[in-house]
Amino acid sequence: MDTPPLLEVHDLRVHFKVFGGHLKVLDGVNMVVRAGEKVGLVGESGCGKTTTMKAILRILPEPPAEVVGGQVLFRGKDVLRMRPDELRQLRGRGISMIFQDPTAALNPVFTVGQQLGDVIRYSHGDGRVDARQIQSKALQALKGVALADPERLLHSYPIQLSGGMRQRVCIAMALATQPELLIADEPGTSLDVTIQDQILRLLHNLVVERNTSVILITHTLGVVREVTDRVYVMYAGSIVESAPTKALFANPMFPYTRGLMQSVPRLSGGGVAEGIPGRIPNYLNPPSGCRFHPRCPYAMEICQREKPPVFMVGEEHYVSCYLYAC
Amino acid sequence: MTPILEYKELKKYFTVGYRGLVKREPITVKAVDGVSFAIHKGEIFGLVGESGSGKSTVAYTTIGMYRPTSGVIEFHGESLFTKEGKRPRHIKKEIQIVFQDPGSSLNPRRSVKEILELPLSIHQPAKKHIGRVAELLEMVEMPVDYMYKYPHTLSGGEKQIVAIARALATEPSFVILDEPTSALDVSIQGKIINLLLRLRQEFHLSYLFITHDLSLMRNVASRVAIMYLGKICEVAEASEFFRSPKHPYTQMLLSSIPVVSEEEEALKPKRVQSRGEIPSPVDVPSGCSFHLRCPYKMDVCSIVDPQMTDTGDGHLVRCHLYPNHSGDYPGRKQNVI
Repeated sequence: MDTPPLLEVHDLRVHFKVFGGHLKVLDGVNMVVRAGEKVGLVGESGCGKTTTMKAILRILPEPPAEVVGGQVLFRGKDVLRMRPDELRQLRGRGISMIFQDPTAALNPVFTVGQQLGDVIRYSHGDGRVDARQIQSKALQALKGVALADPERLLHSYPIQLSGGMRQRVCIAMALATQPELLIADEPGTSLDVTIQDQILRLLHNLVVERNTSVILITHTLGVVREVTDRVYVMYAGSIVESAPTKALFANPMFPYTRGLMQSVPRLSGGGVAEGIPGRIPNYLNPPSGCRFHPRCPYAMEICQREKPPVFMVGEEHYVSCYLYAC
Repeated sequence: MTPILEYKELKKYFTVGYRGLVKREPITVKAVDGVSFAIHKGEIFGLVGESGSGKSTVAYTTIGMYRPTSGVIEFHGESLFTKEGKRPRHIKKEIQIVFQDPGSSLNPRRSVKEILELPLSIHQPAKKHIGRVAELLEMVEMPVDYMYKYPHTLSGGEKQIVAIARALATEPSFVILDEPTSALDVSIQGKIINLLLRLRQEFHLSYLFITHDLSLMRNVASRVAIMYLGKICEVAEASEFFRSPKHPYTQMLLSSIPVVSEEEEALKPKRVQSRGEIPSPVDVPSGCSFHLRCPYKMDVCSIVDPQMTDTGDGHLVRCHLYPNHSGDYPGRKQNVI
């Protein structure tokens, strides 16, 4: 723990104001990303993964969203208190994000060159870069993601590219600004398996080469196992377990993590496990205490009353569950 | 054993536009281009392929949403497409489908009861259906009072269960499952799959199971076919298939699967790394359509489209690496790279 953390999230709480009350979506999220670290964030859809990332980048639509508490520290500076010009510095050069669906992330009426050029110009701040410099940087960025014929691509519209190529363009855009932290939100989910494999390998090589920190959001556990150093498991708005990737896959502790691991069909056969009964809770009136207790096979009386604190169960392995209270 | 459903050289082409100013030539997509296989009674036949490979077109042609360009589909030896056009109702009743996204396959303005009543009122008119609706809900282990709910109040998994109940309403003998769990979370997938497996046992159903998830396929299907750009490149028993995949594309597909344990890692073929893009189905490469991405490409591959070959025990492969015993291909060179 010699390197200081790049990103620290402390007790982040986000509510959404809707007709009929407040949706208490994020219920105290804590996470740390160190320089050069590849971190995975896992959880079922609707558990708040993307909301957390959007809160970190300050791109949540406010209202209806409202950050009601907590801190997001990037290099020790509180992102939630930044002025607009500081935020501009942060987005792009500090943190960039790759979105799940490359088709929705690219503007259909501008060419790849125009969109990539905008990113490069923007990240230079006051715009003292000439067109030729932008062009050469854009070409470099496209070559970096192993796209053939980058000159022609600059003048292509997103619709002329395949899904895999579009995602490569998005990666090129995200990395063109040389960010310190890259947030990848399910970068392969909308792609085919063989293409997803290519994209993940490419992304992995690029970030290792540049020593960029990564937060990889996904619900495909296999992907997490292959590319991350450490994993956070999220359930209904809070982190329930965090551990080094190897330790988590060898020995999942939180009942939800265990259920999740069991419900992945195995290549070795043996049928499909039932999975976890029930569904993610309603955020309008979330369960008291541990939000997982209504679905938990090991729920105790205390789980209904109090939110469990974090227990350390191994080296860097933390679980927020009363089963592991000493 | 006679097959319940047999596909013979099924072809389905779509015209997607025209090119040329003076002489207008149609641009066709060969979505399904000569597919033959048979599904036996009680079997779960898996169809795997990436997007655009034509697996959904096979499904939609089977239930009659499309008419095939050529080729036949036989159901118990009877052709599904007759000259008169309309498919007889007693055959429609036998073949049903569950779609991928229950969010868009259920009418948001109809209650669960109305959704389940529709197929009943078509196939058994002039009867009270409420009892049967309750029965259907019990069959899929759903509380009976759910019949008064509307789709938007149900979770994704529950919606898919309603879609399954709707498919079973007409008491079919054959059900097509078009990616039934890929729109759902992993934690719910198991429940749906186990429900489907139980229903198959109980009602002696046969399934055509379409998915792109090979790990899931391994646990569900008895036989598997792999599709690539409108053609089938390999067919085998599920266990045999995962033990010794033969076609280079299958090997690439298997080695691309992200897995969660070391034990599974050992099962993946190491040799083939994914490369290249999937070509556009409008512009399918000549010869074997996979040759641009294939690591074992030979000269013959870009010229001659290989034929399906039986390599023993019903393991079929369509690849020049496994030449037919009957003879050599024209243009085949001796030096194999």
